[in-house]
Amino acid sequence: MSLPKASRTDLETPVRSASVGTARRRGIGLAVAVAVVATGVAVSLAVGSNPIPPARVWEVLVSPDGSFEAIVVQQHRLPRTLLLLVVGAALGVAGALMQSLTRNPLADPGLLGINAGASLAVVTAVAAAGAVGIAVYLWFAFAGAALAAIAVYLLGGSARTSPTPERLALAGVAISMTISSLVQTVILADQNAFNEFRYWVAGSVEGRGFDILLTVCWFIAAGLMLALALAPALNALALGETTGRALGVNVRRTRALAVVAITLLAGAATAAAGPIMFIGLGVPYLARSVCGPDQRWVLPFTMISAPAVVLAADVVARIVLAPAEVPVGVLAALMGGPVFVLIVRRRRIEAL
Amino acid sequence: MTATTPARSRWASLRVGHAALRLERRCLWIGTAGIAASLALAVAALLIGDYPLSPVQAMQALLGTGDDPLATFFVQRQRAPRMLAAWLVGAALAVSGSLFQSVSRNPLGSPDVIGFTTGAATGALVQIVVFDAGPVAVAIGALLGGAGTAALVYLLAWRNGLTGTRLVLVGIGVAVCLQAVNNLLVLRTSLGTAQSAASWLAGSFNATTWDETRLLALAMTALVPAALLLARPLGTLMLGDELAAGLGIRPDRVRTLVVVVSVALVSVATAAAGPIAFVALAAPQIARRLTGTASVGVGTAALTGGALVQASDLVAQRLFAPTQLAVGVVTGTLGGLYLIWLLTREWRRNTR
Repeated sequence: MSLPKASRTDLETPVRSASVGTARRRGIGLAVAVAVVATGVAVSLAVGSNPIPPARVWEVLVSPDGSFEAIVVQQHRLPRTLLLLVVGAALGVAGALMQSLTRNPLADPGLLGINAGASLAVVTAVAAAGAVGIAVYLWFAFAGAALAAIAVYLLGGSARTSPTPERLALAGVAISMTISSLVQTVILADQNAFNEFRYWVAGSVEGRGFDILLTVCWFIAAGLMLALALAPALNALALGETTGRALGVNVRRTRALAVVAITLLAGAATAAAGPIMFIGLGVPYLARSVCGPDQRWVLPFTMISAPAVVLAADVVARIVLAPAEVPVGVLAALMGGPVFVLIVRRRRIEAL
Repeated sequence: MTATTPARSRWASLRVGHAALRLERRCLWIGTAGIAASLALAVAALLIGDYPLSPVQAMQALLGTGDDPLATFFVQRQRAPRMLAAWLVGAALAVSGSLFQSVSRNPLGSPDVIGFTTGAATGALVQIVVFDAGPVAVAIGALLGGAGTAALVYLLAWRNGLTGTRLVLVGIGVAVCLQAVNNLLVLRTSLGTAQSAASWLAGSFNATTWDETRLLALAMTALVPAALLLARPLGTLMLGDELAAGLGIRPDRVRTLVVVVSVALVSVATAAAGPIAFVALAAPQIARRLTGTASVGVGTAALTGGALVQASDLVAQRLFAPTQLAVGVVTGTLGGLYLIWLLTREWRRNTR
């Protein structure tokens, strides 16, 4: 892995020039993440409630023959695996952006009101319109998430002033807590909405097919590209607003675009799989402890390692209580939490 | 609470001059307004209900000189303890939150961040879902869960001393795991049990009697002075550990005491009324914005929290009477909306 070269233009000034040790750590970390993702994809395709030998899985994957195995692999396992990849990448990168934007290691996309907004939209859709099923929730959840994010952004800043990190965090808390209270009001009053909500809120990819994947993947692809394009500007902003501006960063535009990217990524991921906790919070943390604070490394590393975590969680979720399935959101949190605590105890904390 | 305010304003006038004096006067003014609001809400809580009373009737009922046994019963046995408990719970949560926000130096700090609320919910859910327990056992389960989680987080975060950031991060890691357990417990039980768990988790004063209120008052007479004593070294700690140590403060000991006092405060509040959301987070922020100070502000936070929960409980009782809302839902909505309004106003003033 090559070192990021010293600045060609001011915009690309690295936050901290990487040492040889950092470069090696980044290289090893990236290799491990790629290996875990590849293994995860293979295992995710091979393991399930219908036992199919790995050789047969490969056979029906490359040449579908219309058999039962082919349908299981092609129609169920493949879209599910791909969706996990996409959702994991989206949640991880959204979390990294959110932490960089608010300069707060406690921030996750939920702080922008994404989960609360999506939840309110889902319970309202169930309680008021009797909506059932993920394909119907999808658009409600996405719209709710986007509206909440816009509200937080508007409250955090204004047309003339861009939101400062602290104000954005506080605005997010205020709006999320108001919306969550409304969600609670609805689910305490409407049993049907509560029942749908308790399954949705645990976070799951069970039964999601190609239709869901194809709906959300365009939003996520756009969000990922936007995020990567923003990395140098975010690096400059990490030096402080004044320094960032002096380095030629348009502070207001950078923050607005970061919020757009977070909304696209986390909104689409939450719409597709429900609020999967911890990925947006813990994986960027892991990424920073491996790569250092340079967002040009943190964002791609998160993009690869977050799907690895999600895939591993989902494989365990399928086998731990088989034939019953544990929602992937529950397992992601149960597996990620202890690892996160270990990292926090071991490493010195990277400032944002 | 009020006794410290004149002392601090005298100190400010001697040392800092006109600007600081005005700041402290504002503190005093807000404190007086907070007391007045609490008293007005207390009177309203005695008068309003399914059995409305005039001020004279209520006064007679309170003193036991009235000739209406029903009024005497309602006021003495139900409204008075409930009103008092609401104020005390609000004050306890707010003081705990303000201590936590100072020690973690993070506006998102609250007892929730070291997992107390999530742990309490886990304890209560285990009692409700697994053991089908009654209200007393549920409260005990919540206490054990909350305090146990806080102790675990504290021990895991201790490593050659205690930093606020590490405490918060370990707390988040543990809380994420427990939240997953909570989701799973709610998912794998019957809808009826899940819903009764959900309504306990929203908090309520419906069953409050003098027993809980007396216990609460007793605990707070010990804990609130302790919090007030801690506020000063905690303020010094904001200058940084080295400087604070130079000024004769032992940072780790202060932080440990703060955690112990805060957790004790939330524990008694949770035992009395269940986990009431958002007060610990919102009340200190509202108080800080009202007074316009950056100090710890234990007293003003207590008054704000008390008035907030009192008002919320009145709304919860009367808004859709005879249907009673969960008080936690109302604190979230009222506190959230008020925080939103304060942030908007602050922004307008800044851009003018």
